[in-house]
Amino acid sequence: MSTETTPEAEVKKLTPELLDFIAEWKSKPGNLIMILHQVQEHFGYIPREVAFEVAEKLNVPLAKIYGVVTFYNFFKLKKPGKNKIQVCLGTACYLKGGEDLILGLEKLLGVGLNTVTPDGLFSVEAVRCLGCCGLAPVMVINGEVYGKVEAKSLASIVDKYRKEG
Amino acid sequence: MGYKHYIVTCGGTACQSNRGVELFDALKAAVKAHGLEDEVQVVASGCLGFCAQGPIVKVLPQDTFYVNVKPEDAEEIIAEHIVKGRTVNRLLYDKEQSKINVKVKDIDFYQKQFRIVLRNCGIINPESIDEYIARDGYKGLERALFEMTPEQIVEEVLKSGLRGRGGAGFPTGMKWKFAAMQPAGQKYMVCNADEGDPGAYMDRSTLEGDPHSILEAMTIAGKAIGASKGFIYIRAEYPLAIERLQTAIKQSHEYGLLGEDILGSGFSFDIELRFGAGAFVCGEETALLASIEGRRGMPSPRPPFPAVKGLWQRPTVINNVETLANIPVILTKGADWFRQIGTADSPGTKVFALTGKVNNSGLIEVPMGTTLREIVFDIGGGILGGKKFKAVQTGGPSGGMIPAEFLDTPIDFGSLAKIGSIMGSGGMIVMSEDDCIVNIAKFYLDFTCDESCGKCAPCRIGGRKLQQYLDKICSGRGTDEDIEKLREISDAMTKASLCGLGQTCSNPIKSSLRYFMEEYQEHIHEHKCRAGKCQKLLTYSIDPDKCKGCTLCARLCPVKAISGEVKKPHMIDASKCIKCGQCFSGCKFNAITRS
Repeated sequence: MSTETTPEAEVKKLTPELLDFIAEWKSKPGNLIMILHQVQEHFGYIPREVAFEVAEKLNVPLAKIYGVVTFYNFFKLKKPGKNKIQVCLGTACYLKGGEDLILGLEKLLGVGLNTVTPDGLFSVEAVRCLGCCGLAPVMVINGEVYGKVEAKSLASIVDKYRKEG
Repeated sequence: MGYKHYIVTCGGTACQSNRGVELFDALKAAVKAHGLEDEVQVVASGCLGFCAQGPIVKVLPQDTFYVNVKPEDAEEIIAEHIVKGRTVNRLLYDKEQSKINVKVKDIDFYQKQFRIVLRNCGIINPESIDEYIARDGYKGLERALFEMTPEQIVEEVLKSGLRGRGGAGFPTGMKWKFAAMQPAGQKYMVCNADEGDPGAYMDRSTLEGDPHSILEAMTIAGKAIGASKGFIYIRAEYPLAIERLQTAIKQSHEYGLLGEDILGSGFSFDIELRFGAGAFVCGEETALLASIEGRRGMPSPRPPFPAVKGLWQRPTVINNVETLANIPVILTKGADWFRQIGTADSPGTKVFALTGKVNNSGLIEVPMGTTLREIVFDIGGGILGGKKFKAVQTGGPSGGMIPAEFLDTPIDFGSLAKIGSIMGSGGMIVMSEDDCIVNIAKFYLDFTCDESCGKCAPCRIGGRKLQQYLDKICSGRGTDEDIEKLREISDAMTKASLCGLGQTCSNPIKSSLRYFMEEYQEHIHEHKCRAGKCQKLLTYSIDPDKCKGCTLCARLCPVKAISGEVKKPHMIDASKCIKCGQCFSGCKFNAITRS
């Protein structure tokens, strides 16, 4: 088990940089989505406590914030794994076996889509077109793109990240 | 500029992610190692389009085209090509022709292409405003600011016949005219860069390869309609495009091409970026505006049209990236020049993301009126693995599947509509005999159901029902009545849905019912999927000659449908089998067959 504090135990708060960003955008109309992007970039998701804080700072109901967060696929309410695996399921990748990659990862990691492995190391999500259809099927781990991936090479790719921890 | 050679690498996402960044650094290092910094310049440009062969390196002035280049090849390119003047044959695209000096224009992939939108991609450094200006950049804006009235700009765009490249093909000049006619006051110019169609990436490549063309076009549009403020609504999933746009906006400000009193003309215009957050429905104008306003991206009924009441209830024009990329050229070269390209119905060119089961997948730009056959077979180089062509889907989830009999249709807005598809944003997905039509229709429906915002009942409920019927057919439980239901619901959704998503999401079903009915029939009556894609219609069996009795499959089977003694051939009990395929993918002796 990792000695890091679990996400539930640690109280997340807006950082000074995020507070500055909110102050800068506060008077601009249509600021909510831009602020949420900034929050997610910092934490990797939108923590509940932070959503409360944003509501208070912007003087908008919490329901409105959750309304927006749950509408858009990009915003997450749960903390992703340390290594974020995204498998493209755009049409080109689907035709060339994107689904096999998801099944393969499921076997390999023991968790399905949108779930984090118990050790917190990996999470898998299916994403829409990443715009590199020439490389289909495509998989992205922590922003690094893997093109023309075959199901049999998944194990060695995942192992690389497992070793790094 | 005293450089003797220019080495252009592709800075598009596909090549960059395929060790393209490393390659760029390696080329620079090799140039330095040979002490050639004063003679050779290495440039990372926009997408060269030939993504399937990436990373790509082009050497000028010889115009040599190297494909699948790895960072390790950098040294050889410099030592051989630059220093000794010898082409590195093993990296050429067409190795058979390596004796003659193969130039870019000789490659079949490029021969039928004509570039307006992608004119600068692969030629300039997208992070340099000077290079954009050197290629006639901001010349259109200069004309618009100093030689033309707003009415004349609108008139010129109307005359060019340019139609919106985002999907529906509404005349761009008309949109501008409606907004220009509104009383003066705060108006907005919005660029739709929320490219949500899975399998299309032309907007991404345009923004990454030529960001200034969009800024220039928006400023021109601003003057035409009387707007002082523009927004680019761009997907957050496109970090490189966002970065390039931010750099471009900063440079334009420094050059006085954006901001207060542009070039001393008295006209002021500024552009801000707003990020999307992954919602396909935000490609719909009214939903996109709701999202810029910071709300859930749900569409609202039209009228009022955005040109009358748009962003924050002010007149707003929304144009797609590709549409805008045409504008500077139209103003520089004139509407008459533009009209000569393409067809009378749809002047100009169209960019397609050619993907799927085709040999040369990549980004292509062709004059309107080019036939599907030319695109798939001449430019695309035919079907992967020599398989048989089955269909091509244009327009993504809103488009239709086009069978072989229409391959000679010249593509424009009108002709595609006639055969039950749409132009859409430009995804072009090629399917081969290995693909199941019903399965793909279901794939698209899964997508649109997931992306339906749920506001109107026809889309929310109708989409779900369509999905259920398709699922039933794919798993062998379908009936003839289901086909009737599919037709009925599809028609109702087209008539009654609030926005384009619901109105068009049944197009893949309608077109496939029209052209590939026999595949539906096979699924229903014979419980057969000829492409072998519908898992639940497959049967698994063990070849006793190949089976070594290793028991692996029996252990893998989650429902204990496989039995047999150790070292003796195993058997599958078809009545228990749930067709999960675990035994098939697990067997080390290829003893399990599925049909």
